[in-house]
Amino acid sequence: MKDSKIINERLRGILPDDDVLSQCIHCGMCLAVCPTYELTKLERSSPRGRIKLIKSVARGEIEMTKTFSYEMNFCLDCQACETACPAGVKYGSMVEAARVELVSAGFISPAGRLIKRFTLGYLFKSHGRLKAASRLLYFYQKSLKRFLHASGILRFIFPKLAEIDKLSPSVSKVFSDDIIPEIDNPAGEIKYKTAFLSGCLMNVMFAEMNIDTVEVLKKIGCQVITPKGQVCCGSLHAHNGDFDTARELAKKNLDIFSKFEFDFMVSNSAGCGAFMKEYGHLFKDDPVYAEKAEKFSERVKDLTEFMVLVKKEIHFGELKENITYHDACHLAHTQKVVNQPRELFDEIPGLTHVPLEESTWCCGSAGTYNIVQYEASMQILKRKMENIRATGAEIVLTGNPGCYQQLKYGAEKFGVNVKVEHPATLFNKSLDKSKK
Amino acid sequence: MDDSVKLQIKKIVGNANYFDSDEDRLCYSYDGTPIYQQLPEAVVFPQDQEQISELFKLANSVPFNIVPRGAGTGLSGGSIPVENSIVIVLTKWNRILEIDSGNLTAWVEPGVITGHFQKEVEKRGLFYPPDPGSLNVCTIGGNVANNAGGLRGLKYGVTKNYVLGAEMILPDGTLLKTGGKNLKDVAGYNLRDFIVGSEGTIGIITKVLLKLIPAPLLSVTILAYFDKLIDSAKAVSGIISSHLTPAMMEFLDNTTINCVEDFTGIGLPRNSAAMLLIEFDGRGSAVSEDAESAVNILKKNNASVVKTATDIKESNSLKSARRSAFSALARRRPTTILEDATVPRSELPVIMEKINEAAVKYGVVFGNFGHAGDGNLHPTCLTDERDKQEINNAHRAFEFIFNETIKLGGTITGEHGTGLAKKQFLEQVAGIPGIEMMKKIKAVIDPGNILNPGKIFSISPRCEGSLPLNREQIGNFKG
Repeated sequence: MKDSKIINERLRGILPDDDVLSQCIHCGMCLAVCPTYELTKLERSSPRGRIKLIKSVARGEIEMTKTFSYEMNFCLDCQACETACPAGVKYGSMVEAARVELVSAGFISPAGRLIKRFTLGYLFKSHGRLKAASRLLYFYQKSLKRFLHASGILRFIFPKLAEIDKLSPSVSKVFSDDIIPEIDNPAGEIKYKTAFLSGCLMNVMFAEMNIDTVEVLKKIGCQVITPKGQVCCGSLHAHNGDFDTARELAKKNLDIFSKFEFDFMVSNSAGCGAFMKEYGHLFKDDPVYAEKAEKFSERVKDLTEFMVLVKKEIHFGELKENITYHDACHLAHTQKVVNQPRELFDEIPGLTHVPLEESTWCCGSAGTYNIVQYEASMQILKRKMENIRATGAEIVLTGNPGCYQQLKYGAEKFGVNVKVEHPATLFNKSLDKSKK
Repeated sequence: MDDSVKLQIKKIVGNANYFDSDEDRLCYSYDGTPIYQQLPEAVVFPQDQEQISELFKLANSVPFNIVPRGAGTGLSGGSIPVENSIVIVLTKWNRILEIDSGNLTAWVEPGVITGHFQKEVEKRGLFYPPDPGSLNVCTIGGNVANNAGGLRGLKYGVTKNYVLGAEMILPDGTLLKTGGKNLKDVAGYNLRDFIVGSEGTIGIITKVLLKLIPAPLLSVTILAYFDKLIDSAKAVSGIISSHLTPAMMEFLDNTTINCVEDFTGIGLPRNSAAMLLIEFDGRGSAVSEDAESAVNILKKNNASVVKTATDIKESNSLKSARRSAFSALARRRPTTILEDATVPRSELPVIMEKINEAAVKYGVVFGNFGHAGDGNLHPTCLTDERDKQEINNAHRAFEFIFNETIKLGGTITGEHGTGLAKKQFLEQVAGIPGIEMMKKIKAVIDPGNILNPGKIFSISPRCEGSLPLNREQIGNFKG
């Protein structure tokens, strides 16, 4: 043990105060739900161990080392431990603060920083740039990628890159905001006014899910408002420790959305929904945006959360399908939306919902985790896919684009005969068959 | 510890199973016990019995100390490292080796998680009742070493009632095998029961043979709320003296109710002074008849609300809410010192009053909950280890409670073990001849005092006879 008693002022500045750090009573209840502890069986890969390490760094008992850095980044930040923690310890905020400090202390390689700066700082800040880049990527995926994979050249040069390349989602042929009008009215009377974030990745990679979501909303009597000029919600930046950009993006969205009147802000992406619910907290000390942000956050609902609220007015049609459901971490653990999707599945006539074992365990996607921690991610994914296989379901549903892509990849890699769908797609199919 | 010794340890277990970074040592410096912590010199994950045996031989010759550890959820400091020690972690020994439906037994490795094991046997219509609060995390090895109890102890007993046999490596490196699938066995001293509750001080458990029973087919879960604490205690005594035996009879006071409700949000009565969670299980009509009798007794003792859980889902969520009580209390204050005082059941109302008295007298706050039906309460002091004065008051309050417990014919620990946290009170319960016998046994089995020394009791001179005079003599009394 280093004798150094120099308190790491910087980390202490970022981290929650000592009261928050002291709240963990190291009872160990979190060990049962931590996917990384399950992999290594080492305390330092568990929430309890990581809190001990963060506390020790913050109190100046140890210095930040490569091992410390590794464990902070090995964590999926799935926050299953927060759900499991009876004491209510805010683990996520501690790990995120530690990561911010690791970046400024130079523990992330310059190349890694450059990539992050380019993608997050340049591409994701602007819808236009992201769409232009996506068009290029679309061209790559439709022509060059096929050639590289089919010819085996890629595997020959960079075997790992060949695997990772498959993990990246395919760019949609059309982008959802090119199709979805700014104001889209239902066929009948307008019962609710709902705002919709077309998202950054959702817009260019998963356009079909966005289109299905808007269809569902319209079929249950919502006017759907998708303002032009909206930007990324900022969650990607915040998770990487760049709160300034996250705030800048959030402000832009708050300004744009405040031009419209709406009852709810509906999200179909667990990560975006979770972060938009945080806007209020993000601006709590901002004289201009505090009130605006709080009012906005109060109205943010996940699609399933919103649908349960108006359940009485929804008339599902018969759908003879055999499904199972994987809880996205940002829904189950961050937003605590667990029962709502299940409640809706129960309402669909003819639908068989086979419960998934360990449904609230992370699938290993976790932002860019599946790329930077490929091996660990695949072990976690394998466990998930075996549980899915055991259900015998034809379709696995999940409400987050990251999970969607990961499960799709997993089905192919581990040979599980299952189709991955967003719940919006299922609801849309069922509503199409509605008799009312 | 010398680097050459570390190298030898590494050679025994292999590089991949040896850890001595600052980070790893920190992460094994604690278990579930508040306040106590100590850095080990290294942490190892041995692969087989042979390696454990080799480690013992090395430890005796160097010497250094060995501390065995499972999931590290203990509450008396049993797996906290001691000076100059290595920690042997057994969580990777997690295979269920055999479930014998013909004899209703199972062989398991010590790292099997209790909750996982229960699920496996339940798939076969069998039942393993011991259910400590940490059952989703804690291991069978740790349960056996501490003779763990749980919610169902009232009707089904504790871990010792389900251990039929065990294999253990002794501190001299030899392998002890004791017990077997026979339900009756009186050959020689009962070593099997001696192993249960030995807190990792006489050997490392490497295999356990557990007894299983047929699963109950029915259960009724009853909830009762009280406006007065004392009424809940009287209701418990009333149920016991009416010769009813619920599977569990759990008590939560107002502070605990509120903390648990903050965590679970399942609608517990925030304004009630106390609640009881009672479950009857078994087969046939006796289950509902007994439940009905209990409901009458609860009403007679002024329960403001008595209701039964509507389905198994509600019953399970109530029980898991109860299991979260200890950790949920940390919502109030960052340090939760939980005690385990146990009294004969008829004395329950008295000890509850005494706990309140201690809180007032020493100016500390308690959250109280526990296995009321067993007379086993967990008064938990809600405090902050950074406030030395308050911690001091908490210790004085506990001393008061322990003394009152012993006066009532109770014991200082019902199910958590003595470990480090309660060893100073052991003599009052076990008596001098009792504690001397324990020390003699320890000295014979572990003459070098290398295995988890200083737990349960200290091998140090009593304040009678002659004191050791020089460094060599004192050296014999470490721990």
